[in-house]
Amino acid sequence: MALEIRDASVVYPAQAGRAPVEALSRINLTVSEHDFVVALGASGCGKSTLLNLIAGFLSPSSGQIVLDGTEVSGPGADRSVVFQKHALLPWLNVRDNVAFGLKLRGAGAASYKVADRFIDLLGLKGFEKSPVYALSGGMQQRVGIARALTCDPKLLLMDEPLGALDALTRERAQELILKIWKSTGKTVFLITHSVEEALFMGTRLIVMSPRPGRIAHEFDLPFSRQFLDGAKAREVKASAEFITLREEVLRIIFSDEEEAA
Amino acid sequence: MSDHGIKEAPVGKPRGAAFLKGLGRARPTKPGQTYGVPGQGNTTWLSLLTIAGILLLWWAVTTAGLVKPLFMPAPQAIVRKFLDIWTQGFTGTPFWQHVLISTARVFGAFLLACLIGIPLGLAMGMSPVMRGIFDPPIEFYRPIPPLAYLPLMIIWFGIGETSKVLLIFLSVFAPVALGARAGVRSAAIEQIHAAYSFGASRWQVMRHVILPSAMPEILTAMRIGIGFGWTTLVAAEMVAATKGIGYMVLSASQFLQTSTVIMGIFVIAAIAYAFDMLMRFVERRVVPWKGKM
Repeated sequence: MALEIRDASVVYPAQAGRAPVEALSRINLTVSEHDFVVALGASGCGKSTLLNLIAGFLSPSSGQIVLDGTEVSGPGADRSVVFQKHALLPWLNVRDNVAFGLKLRGAGAASYKVADRFIDLLGLKGFEKSPVYALSGGMQQRVGIARALTCDPKLLLMDEPLGALDALTRERAQELILKIWKSTGKTVFLITHSVEEALFMGTRLIVMSPRPGRIAHEFDLPFSRQFLDGAKAREVKASAEFITLREEVLRIIFSDEEEAA
Repeated sequence: MSDHGIKEAPVGKPRGAAFLKGLGRARPTKPGQTYGVPGQGNTTWLSLLTIAGILLLWWAVTTAGLVKPLFMPAPQAIVRKFLDIWTQGFTGTPFWQHVLISTARVFGAFLLACLIGIPLGLAMGMSPVMRGIFDPPIEFYRPIPPLAYLPLMIIWFGIGETSKVLLIFLSVFAPVALGARAGVRSAAIEQIHAAYSFGASRWQVMRHVILPSAMPEILTAMRIGIGFGWTTLVAAEMVAATKGIGYMVLSASQFLQTSTVIMGIFVIAAIAYAFDMLMRFVERRVVPWKGKM
């Protein structure tokens, strides 16, 4: 058992003539080791708030976030975050960006050894000395993922990591993340607003609904395993099972939206 | 849309109207340029031409005797005066000493302002306590012209070097401190959050994320600051100075030696410009990533 969220609520205090906003309402979620949990929902459903809670950037108004028996009370290297963009440090080259987390912990020259392993794993070999601002969006995201992995987190948090990529690069990146998830055995919590991405990548899907933000539905998903067992990504995504579930999830999201509005 | 399919035959227009219309909208760009970017294009040749034009006009007007040398000496007279002062010195002091002392005053004040202003500005950006304390005094004195508080400086610190350097220091300090303070805001929140999620301490986030990302703004503030320093130089050398370019300009003006005044102005401009070039070079070296992410 890796992560446990117990009855967590987040209420933003009332502001200038507005009532308090309940961004998250009584969230209960258990993430087991090696899970790939995907949070899906329209904007405003509180999925980013949920990630901020787990990362420790935000403390719950009530309830608890417990990681391996210890209550989360702030950010830490056991929960590295990959952001959509703007998170790399442009004054460092690829290698220094990837080694950044370990160097913060005083690992010194040894951090480069670890960094090089993940540079290799993410297919960035040959770009070690490149300035990150000269890379394409897809490669920048790979640097961001490599950098988070070098910290060897218990939980890898991904906040719409592929949201800024073009559609084709995005599909490649999905496959790459799944392969890396398999080879590193990490526990992943990923946010997306793409239904296809959510279904394809997760082992578990939580569909969130807005006003107040809550987990409305949960699904166990077989598709990433099918892909990792050798099926082609497009074949998985085009299978009848996938399409049926995709339409069902879309229907749920749209009807939740209408209810809440 | 209801009348699609029907097109009027193009009517010939006079060329003049087409030309005017061309001025009003951008032309399609050549490959490698972007359509519609305001102020696109290289200006080097035009700038050189402008300088040459001004020099030529200056030379023509003065040589033809249209303006008296008292008001505007000819360019060649300035060059002669420059060579004259270069070899003979001014008021018994060699030229290089005038230049050196002024440069030392400006750069001494500049260095001091950076050493104190940058850390203070960063601290103001990062701590509401520091901001609360130092914001009022800086914002109070910043818009006041240095000439207005020059008398105070002299009453408080005498007529020696202290008041001169302090005056220049004050004019550089405010822009540098405020630039550093604003620079603190340059780091993206994602960069800061990412660093914390890798286990960084607050101090490490400041040192490894906020400070480097503030560098472009700090360097810009330094360029602006040194500019203020040079503008204040002449004021600083107004009282009880016996050396310096500012002193040279002021005392020459009292004897109506216009050529020396203009020459002094050119010397200040040349040093300031050379330093600005140096700062731009440093900028390209230190923050090549500026504006790229």
